[in-house]
Amino acid sequence: MRLNRREFIKLSGLLAAGGIVPPALLSGCSSRRLPGTGKLTATPTVCDICFWKCAGTVHVEDGLPWKVVGNDDDPHSTGRLCTRGTGGLGAYEDRDRLRQPLLRVHQNGKQTFKPVSWDEAFGFIAGKMQTIAEKHGRDRLALLAHGSGGSHFERLLKAYGSHAYAHPSFAQCRGPREVAFGLTYGEGVGSPDRTDMEHSRCVVLVGSHIGENLHNGQVQTLIDAINQDATLITVDPRFSVAAGKSKYWLPIKPGTDIALLLAWINVLINEGLYDKDYVARYTVGLDQLTQHVQPFNPEWAYLETGLDPELIRDTAYAMAASAPATLVHPGRHVTWYGDDTQRERAIAILNALLGSWGRKGGFYIQEKVDLPAYPAPQPAKPETDWKAVVQPEFPLAPTGISQKILQACAGPEAYFKGLFVYGTNLPHTIPDIKATLEAAADNLDLFVVIDTLPAEITGYADVVLPECTYLERYDDLRNSPERVPSLALRMPAFEPSHDTRPAWWMARQLAVRLELGEYFPWDDYADVLDWQLKQVGSSLEEMQASGVKRYPRKTPLYFADRQDIRFQTPSGKIELYSRTLAEHGYDPLPVYTAPEKPAENYYRLNYGRGPAHTFGRTTNNPLLFELMPENAVWVNPRVASQWQLKNGDYVQLKNQDGVISNRVRVRVTERTGANAVFMVHGFGHTARGLRLTSGVGADDAGLMTNVKLDPIMGGTGMRANFVTFVKA
Amino acid sequence: MAQYAMVIDTKTCIGCGDCVVACKTENNVPAGLNRDWVVEATRGTYPNLTTEFRSERCNHCSHATCVYTCPTGASHYWRDSNIVLVDASKCTGCKACIAACPYDARLIMHPDGYIDKCTFCHHRVEQGLDPACVSTCPTRCMHFGVLDDPNTPVSRLLQSRDYKVLLPETGNQPNVYYLV
Repeated sequence: MRLNRREFIKLSGLLAAGGIVPPALLSGCSSRRLPGTGKLTATPTVCDICFWKCAGTVHVEDGLPWKVVGNDDDPHSTGRLCTRGTGGLGAYEDRDRLRQPLLRVHQNGKQTFKPVSWDEAFGFIAGKMQTIAEKHGRDRLALLAHGSGGSHFERLLKAYGSHAYAHPSFAQCRGPREVAFGLTYGEGVGSPDRTDMEHSRCVVLVGSHIGENLHNGQVQTLIDAINQDATLITVDPRFSVAAGKSKYWLPIKPGTDIALLLAWINVLINEGLYDKDYVARYTVGLDQLTQHVQPFNPEWAYLETGLDPELIRDTAYAMAASAPATLVHPGRHVTWYGDDTQRERAIAILNALLGSWGRKGGFYIQEKVDLPAYPAPQPAKPETDWKAVVQPEFPLAPTGISQKILQACAGPEAYFKGLFVYGTNLPHTIPDIKATLEAAADNLDLFVVIDTLPAEITGYADVVLPECTYLERYDDLRNSPERVPSLALRMPAFEPSHDTRPAWWMARQLAVRLELGEYFPWDDYADVLDWQLKQVGSSLEEMQASGVKRYPRKTPLYFADRQDIRFQTPSGKIELYSRTLAEHGYDPLPVYTAPEKPAENYYRLNYGRGPAHTFGRTTNNPLLFELMPENAVWVNPRVASQWQLKNGDYVQLKNQDGVISNRVRVRVTERTGANAVFMVHGFGHTARGLRLTSGVGADDAGLMTNVKLDPIMGGTGMRANFVTFVKA
Repeated sequence: MAQYAMVIDTKTCIGCGDCVVACKTENNVPAGLNRDWVVEATRGTYPNLTTEFRSERCNHCSHATCVYTCPTGASHYWRDSNIVLVDASKCTGCKACIAACPYDARLIMHPDGYIDKCTFCHHRVEQGLDPACVSTCPTRCMHFGVLDDPNTPVSRLLQSRDYKVLLPETGNQPNVYYLV
């Protein structure tokens, strides 16, 4: 390792030295008394195990954690948490949690972390922030964040004088769809996804593996559609769980989705199956689109996708038959091949032809509660535009691009001098980023990581601030745009363990030390929530009892028949043809490019989610670890036989650039084709402090050295990597 | 007597394992042991495939070999029903029930020295609630109720849908049904 100023610090020794025996883990040993017969308390929460943010209730029996269950009034969960949410107590009880602030120190010629007081940690950080402000300017501080508490650090960043922040959920996940739908409809899909699947008569999943990806409302509404005999069409080279529930499974050649989408558009237009009134009323560019797709008939698409032309036609007919209650799902993690915004544009266009946007069974119109912000001064906007310096090649990216921020932290001439990372384990999140991270760590004057666990990212930091888990803190009220406007409260079910603290407290403490306290005019965040709730006819007291409050809608859920609508696009219409893209030098209509092909004896590395885990955030959660302790590489039986691999064997994977993974078990299964292998993301941790999961399974992100950058929005395409087997 | 049944729709089960985690927390099941589990059965060759997920557990058989085999009477029927329980104070850990159970539904050994298993969450059933696994299932593919009344949701599901039970040939008369 080449970290000079900052050696990578492995946290294991320190934690072991703590030698504290963890609380008994749900083992409930001595008592055989029936559950729920002791002294019970119930506290509302909003789950933070993933970003669907389901509301639930934490039950404690005789002072011991018992269970977390869904809140019946909650539109995100309808009273049923998913696997991970049900396992949420494991995050609280994880014996490997960060326990106290840590400061990088030099000891006997080596670098190590020293447990320090909060005062010392804040003093160090505030001192560095002052120096950066004086020497380089206040705009030279950046934040990368994922998760609820990130908003408090965003506020701190703005109060300090910088707007440079990014969420990996953009450039590593759903950015392409937000940009593509924004270009087409003038607004994105948002989260929770505005899909009206419970009313869909036909659902089309393009590589989306809902069911393995366990976003709760998505799973529940897809099942609603299935229960009502909606036609389910799944496009996936892998026999996903959703594929197994589908009337039509299209086992497409990986990377050829745009060819299929163009062929579907071709059939809908050429056979006159699109919604003519909707298209005439609301869209521009049908002529250009019609001309553009003429070469792309199903016979052409067959050569690219390997899909029977009749199957392509039949599925197009099925979509048209159910329109406008046909949802061509935009997916969620869609940074695959680098042309992802264009693929998402094709999906957006297809939905427009079917007339599903703003219609029942397609996409509904979101609404949230009009919740006023707590009265506090607004920080002035910085005079400089960091995006023009750091990501000038992506003028259409509406927000920060995480890897661009990191690149602007690396090297002596780097723009940024200080970096905060909240709740995101970057080495496992952004592909091929380790060298950049090391260079950034080498260069930055200040590197702060806020997390609950000693994840890999903590090893790069100057200061590690231990946050308490979501079960031990207040956060902002959940106020997501969705079908039913609602508010949900997260509040502490337990006192913060060890010497951990909530993000709102940390951000405020730092602000006070930087004489920015005026931007944080509260002593207790509960007061902020109470004030906000009182503006909308509720109170903290009411929410502490109910957890969730629903509000009546003020706007319609769908477009009215033939309603006059002005879309937030330059033309005021749905833009089938995008002049914005043309003006910026991009293809105004989606163009198919054939994907890279593997060399002999190499297989495309496909990856996805498993229902037991959220990325690598939960693999050390003892409850969820037990359900899925390690990932496996799925190998088709023909490939397995060629390599003489048996179920349960360990192999290592070597990618096209010679990177070799940790050992991983083989799962021989027909559910993946012979041209690709599959693995669940989130394993192969190297941080020794994660004692359950460290060294277990393989890290797919580590094998993604061929990153396909989306030229429109800066997304990191991750599916152009190929692996072969090395016997472990 | 009350005949309690669990009816699980394999058409909508996604094998997510929420039932497994919910059981563990509800019943304080010790680390490393499970009272329920999920089986995935894939048939065919690519691309002509079917996958069935099944959430499995004790079948609370109407003719439970474990109850008849137990030498101490620890394995018994709860009240006048088919819910099979183990009285920990009578269990000597002899494992005769493990050998007798065709479904491998009994935990090897609770750390407190008795053979543990699914209780159909009778402590919840007593309060009119569904078992924890049923009440948490995000796809609502699991249903619970009595079969004595032909109008209960579980009875109606079995009247209207094709279903199967596991190992019917044993004669144990299992009460976990899978809609197919």
